[in-house]
Amino acid sequence: MTQEERRTEEAATAPAGEHPAIAIETRHDAFPATRGEKVFELKDLSVHYNDKAAVKHISMDIHHKNITALIGPSGCGKSTLIRCLNRMNDLVPSARVDGQLLYHGEDLYGPKVDPVQVRKLIGMVFQKPNPFPKSIYDNIAFGPRILGMKGDMDEIVEKALRGAALWDEVKDRLQDNAYGLSGGQQQRLCIARCIATGPDVILMDEPCSALDPISTGKIEDLMMELKERYSIVIVTHNMQQAARVSDMTAFLIVELTADEKNRWGEIVEYDDTEKIFTNPADKRTEDYVTGKVG
Amino acid sequence: MRLGSERTRLAVAGARSVTTADLGNQPRGDVVRGRIFWALLLLAISIALLGLAVLLIDVLIDGSERFGPGLFTDQVSGIPENGGFQTAIIGSLWVIGGVILFSVPIGVGAALYLEEYANRERWWNRLVELNIQNLAAVPSIVYGILGLAFIVRGPLDLGFVALAASLTLTLLILPTIIIAAREAIRAVPPSIREGSLALGATRWETTRLQVLPAAIPGILTGVILAVSRAFGEAAPVLLLGATTFITANTTNPFEDSYTVLPVQIFNYFGRAQDEWLQLAAAGILVMLILVLAMNSVAIWLRNRYEQRW
Repeated sequence: MTQEERRTEEAATAPAGEHPAIAIETRHDAFPATRGEKVFELKDLSVHYNDKAAVKHISMDIHHKNITALIGPSGCGKSTLIRCLNRMNDLVPSARVDGQLLYHGEDLYGPKVDPVQVRKLIGMVFQKPNPFPKSIYDNIAFGPRILGMKGDMDEIVEKALRGAALWDEVKDRLQDNAYGLSGGQQQRLCIARCIATGPDVILMDEPCSALDPISTGKIEDLMMELKERYSIVIVTHNMQQAARVSDMTAFLIVELTADEKNRWGEIVEYDDTEKIFTNPADKRTEDYVTGKVG
Repeated sequence: MRLGSERTRLAVAGARSVTTADLGNQPRGDVVRGRIFWALLLLAISIALLGLAVLLIDVLIDGSERFGPGLFTDQVSGIPENGGFQTAIIGSLWVIGGVILFSVPIGVGAALYLEEYANRERWWNRLVELNIQNLAAVPSIVYGILGLAFIVRGPLDLGFVALAASLTLTLLILPTIIIAAREAIRAVPPSIREGSLALGATRWETTRLQVLPAAIPGILTGVILAVSRAFGEAAPVLLLGATTFITANTTNPFEDSYTVLPVQIFNYFGRAQDEWLQLAAAGILVMLILVLAMNSVAIWLRNRYEQRW
């Protein structure tokens, strides 16, 4: 577990209480106790597709073993932003990322960083459940196999399925095709698949938008459990969900150029979830979370 | 809330009046147009089936008398009553075996490159795509001439052997296989690739372990069609030395002379006596049986791995 060692080392060497001088950060200092070590530090991050900006000037810290929610109207670049965190945007040839993105103090877009290695540490769960067209067992075993993980595969699979609160529902049909599961079960399978490789961070891009309320509730319960072991970043359209599960919330908004030809997302406010939903500093945040706009 | 309830009442009343007016009152024109369209579709399928039926019945009438297991076990003979198709069947199997061996890996490889690796914004990749589509429309005799000039003679200089036919027919059906395989690969949802890459799989691992297995049923369908076409081709093979009267079975595709079923059937049809014509019709039945057998294996494989999204 060299990753584990490196992580602890990063934690030890990370300078405590040193924040870049931006307005949002000063508010962070008011609640230092609730926040763990920084997992991600985004400094003036911008993403362009074919020279058209998708998000601009994103600066925020994402903390260890926290659930961080990204909320905002459609087209504000939430998904673009979360896809920067595990370099999924590299798969889009026209995407360009500017600014700095530190992962445990290390530049995630540095010249020596291999995106494939990044994705082994930073897992992702997608909007629509996307199990592989294989058995439940093989869905989970795929990640550990390609990573060459040592140990009893049956054990790894069971552990991952238990971790995603799916074991009891599928233990008698592990060899069945994953497409036979319900939508909610499929999404928990995707979460199990993600934690099977022992990631550090789990990114969730609207994980419940295709699910019914009961399945959504199960995923949310699961997130609260996973938080004990992983840092989670979640994009959600559902503000109640952000309010229920997250520790910190970033509110993004769509900015327009004067001629309305170009639009991009920017952060309006980033703070403790409680503060965002009860006492936001910005009027636009208040209008959004109270349902006046968006 | 006065305004709100008033609005609701109006909307409900409006919807109700529209419903009562329209239920069970489809315009006459729509009904007629629907019927005409249905009849046209039925006509289309009837013509297709009629052609097939006429062919089958005609061949059955001509060939059923002569048909028997002897056709599969007897070698070619100068007397039509004694002749069978064994040499031609074995020749065809050699040729088709070679075609499958060469065309599937090359075709699937090319399709994977075009779908998974090639950047479509580059003009040369688009040019390759366009050319593959054009190549699929080139007449087979042109490939025969190409094979004669470059494979039988010319640079490869293999001579009139089954391998030369395999290579030529491979060139002939490659475009079809590539196009079909690309369709199958494209049908694999991008979310599968994303899920795999997000777990830290490389592009090659994703292609090999996720995309390719998921695309195999579709690829097989394309391969069935393409290989059946190669099996039935007579024109290019005529140029490649599928000589008709060989009395020994082909045992070495690199050296022996050979013949294939369609060429032998073609040759028999050129003769005057009714006995030969009967034998030719029976040969068509042999070919149909072999094609069906090949297809059923492929269909069985496809159904086994079929995946619905």
